[in-house]
Amino acid sequence: MTKLKIPIRPVDQIMTEERAASFSKRSIKSQSKLVALKLAISMMDLTTLEGKDTPGKVEHLCRKAIQPAAPRYGVPSTAAVCVYPNLVPCAKRFTAGTGVKVAAVATAFPSGLMPLSIKLDDVRAAVGYGADEIDMVIDRGAFLAGEYNQVSDEIMAVKQACGAAHLKVILETGELGTLDRVRFASDLAMHAGADFIKTSTGKVSPAATMPVTLVMFEAIRDYFFETGVRIGMKPAGGIKTAKEALAYLVMLNEVLGADWMTPELFRFGASTLANDVLMQIAKLVDGPYQSSDYFSLP
Amino acid sequence: MNAKKRPAKSTDLHRNAVPHGGPIPAGSRHLKLGEGLAYAPAPESTPVKIRPAYGLFINGKWCDPGAGKSMATTNPANGKSLAKIAVADKSDVDRAVRAARTAYDSNWSKTSGSERGKYLYRIARLIQERSRELAVLESMDGGKPIKESRDIDLPLAAAHFFYYAGWADKLAYAVPGRTPAPLGVAGQIIPWNFPLLMAAWKLAPALACGNTCVLKPAESSSLTALHLAQILQEAELPDGVVNIVTGGPEAGAALVQHPGVDKIAFTGSTEVGKRIAASAAGTSKKVTLELGGKAANIVFDDAPITQAVEGIVSGIYFNQGHVCCAGSRLLVQESVADEVVERLRDRIRTLRVGDPLDKNTDVGAIHSTEQLARIKELVASGVDEGAVLHQPPCRLPAEGNWFAPGFFTGVTASHRIAREEIFGPVLSIMTFRTPDEAIERTNNTAFGLSAGIWTDKGSKIFKIASKLKAGVIWANTYNKFDPTSPFGGYKESGFGREGGLHGLLPYLKV
Repeated sequence: MTKLKIPIRPVDQIMTEERAASFSKRSIKSQSKLVALKLAISMMDLTTLEGKDTPGKVEHLCRKAIQPAAPRYGVPSTAAVCVYPNLVPCAKRFTAGTGVKVAAVATAFPSGLMPLSIKLDDVRAAVGYGADEIDMVIDRGAFLAGEYNQVSDEIMAVKQACGAAHLKVILETGELGTLDRVRFASDLAMHAGADFIKTSTGKVSPAATMPVTLVMFEAIRDYFFETGVRIGMKPAGGIKTAKEALAYLVMLNEVLGADWMTPELFRFGASTLANDVLMQIAKLVDGPYQSSDYFSLP
Repeated sequence: MNAKKRPAKSTDLHRNAVPHGGPIPAGSRHLKLGEGLAYAPAPESTPVKIRPAYGLFINGKWCDPGAGKSMATTNPANGKSLAKIAVADKSDVDRAVRAARTAYDSNWSKTSGSERGKYLYRIARLIQERSRELAVLESMDGGKPIKESRDIDLPLAAAHFFYYAGWADKLAYAVPGRTPAPLGVAGQIIPWNFPLLMAAWKLAPALACGNTCVLKPAESSSLTALHLAQILQEAELPDGVVNIVTGGPEAGAALVQHPGVDKIAFTGSTEVGKRIAASAAGTSKKVTLELGGKAANIVFDDAPITQAVEGIVSGIYFNQGHVCCAGSRLLVQESVADEVVERLRDRIRTLRVGDPLDKNTDVGAIHSTEQLARIKELVASGVDEGAVLHQPPCRLPAEGNWFAPGFFTGVTASHRIAREEIFGPVLSIMTFRTPDEAIERTNNTAFGLSAGIWTDKGSKIFKIASKLKAGVIWANTYNKFDPTSPFGGYKESGFGREGGLHGLLPYLKV
């Protein structure tokens, strides 16, 4: 076991919430808005994580990810699709050659309350099926019980099992209770080898929020200053409208800056966000708002 | 369609893409803040009708000044004239005071508290209803960002009327065991940094307590007070209860020296405040003064640094630093000084300076050419005395009054920029080693209006706060205002309190 040496960085909740709210006041209009909305699409991990997921559903999802809207809108593909391990083979098949990555949730998602050996098998299976990215969950039980070494060691082990696959570490911030813990979990995950840190599984409410994402941005920023390594960020769950997505991008722009404004380092984990963004894009291009019937379901 | 065919990505979407590479070497770890997304101009539409000329508001009616003099009021963001406002002289002020006296004797002093409260509630609601118009006008006349006038000045102005409306029929409970009575006619002189809000701070408690008022707005920012007069008419406030006389120092001096005035309430510079105190000495006039400040924000090494930087930013760049309680000195514990300065340097690069009416503007125009000259003079003194000025690269508009937000490092307690009020978007950063030194340095000023404490330790907040000579102390936040909270200073920052229960007392005989 490695002994953790991560300094505790306190976070003030009220000022964090205040600054997070300030980003929603930015007004993004016309051409800037169009550029930002397309960027948002390119940063999406289009997600389906249901017990009833089938190859058919995944095919819908993959096609939507490859071509979110009619070609005349010039909308890019999404960054990835995100599925359970068993659906990885068909997701790989449907996205082959398109550049759209396949992410798999693993490590006894969504609770993470399984023996480490099972979690590692879960990861190896997903990687074996061809997953490009692994979205793991931390053991919140262990974290909240103060077993930080255990959490850190597990992340390191999962990172090793990932091989070449990128590792996103889900903190499930809705279960951590305070922004101080969000900050510490972020630091811990980055030091243990996360390529991305991610807010939520989408199975717990609240999922991603602006203040939580801001705190994670700040952790990423400080880690960059400390090590020179850029870690990615993925808010997931709860972001449903184009307006919210724009506020997240404004926050990204003003806290981490241009180097992070790429799908390499920022993702939206969402299932219903895409069509609201597409609706806004169509409105900007065509003029009138169109009914949701004009936008294909993922 | 072929599933393998992928729609072309528009290349500009990925112009900033940087793949995961090796670690960036220590000297090159910079953030490209604000460079990833362009914000198109987002101008607030302007639904305000500005009249070409405004008269004086005396006895419920608009009238011309006796001498017929007027002056232009300009938009500091472009130097263009917005309207002509009347310049009152001694005789006009006399008319206004007499109107206030008549209204007091014949009407307002006999109006019940609950009835006075009804008028105040009505005024508060009308301010809310017309808040968009007033916010735009405030930004045009004053130069402050629409984001601030819309989200801070206007809601707070309405809140003050709502709050004191509630007190109007409960004054006996404010001073248990005594019978409070109004003073009579209040002469109120307000500054240019929060024109409408300061009018609300002055008028609401005075009216709630049963006084009548003569209000003199600052000559460079009278428009919202004049539009407030329209609201008073709409609220059918009895004639003469509030009179508004615009003009310069002559009108102000006439009001202060008028024998018919029972109470002077002044917010503004320490220099003028001293003259007012001298002139009121030996008379029966009650005086309250809310003057300058040189507040310190104290950042301890156990503070949440990122949020402390937010507080530093709102402390000094809010309203272009034209704030008497601005956190214009930063005292930072030496062990975290470098980190705080670096974070602040990054943070102010994201401040958007420019058109006050653009919804994305964070820092607007400097209120006047005089103020700009004063800021420049003091900043030059800082550079001359060896401090280092840091300002982000930012393009300022060609016309109007502008000053890029900045801060000084290498400042000592003996620098002029550490002692004099700059009243602009410039911060002076100094360091300290121990809590005792922080307390000593914070109190080592002629002023004492406000202070800020940043630490993660609650006990430390209370311990330090009890030793600071400042009227308002914020902990882990800054520049927060609420009508229920008293506001006022120690030493050269003035005396008397505005806001809260304490804000009633200067308007009552108890």
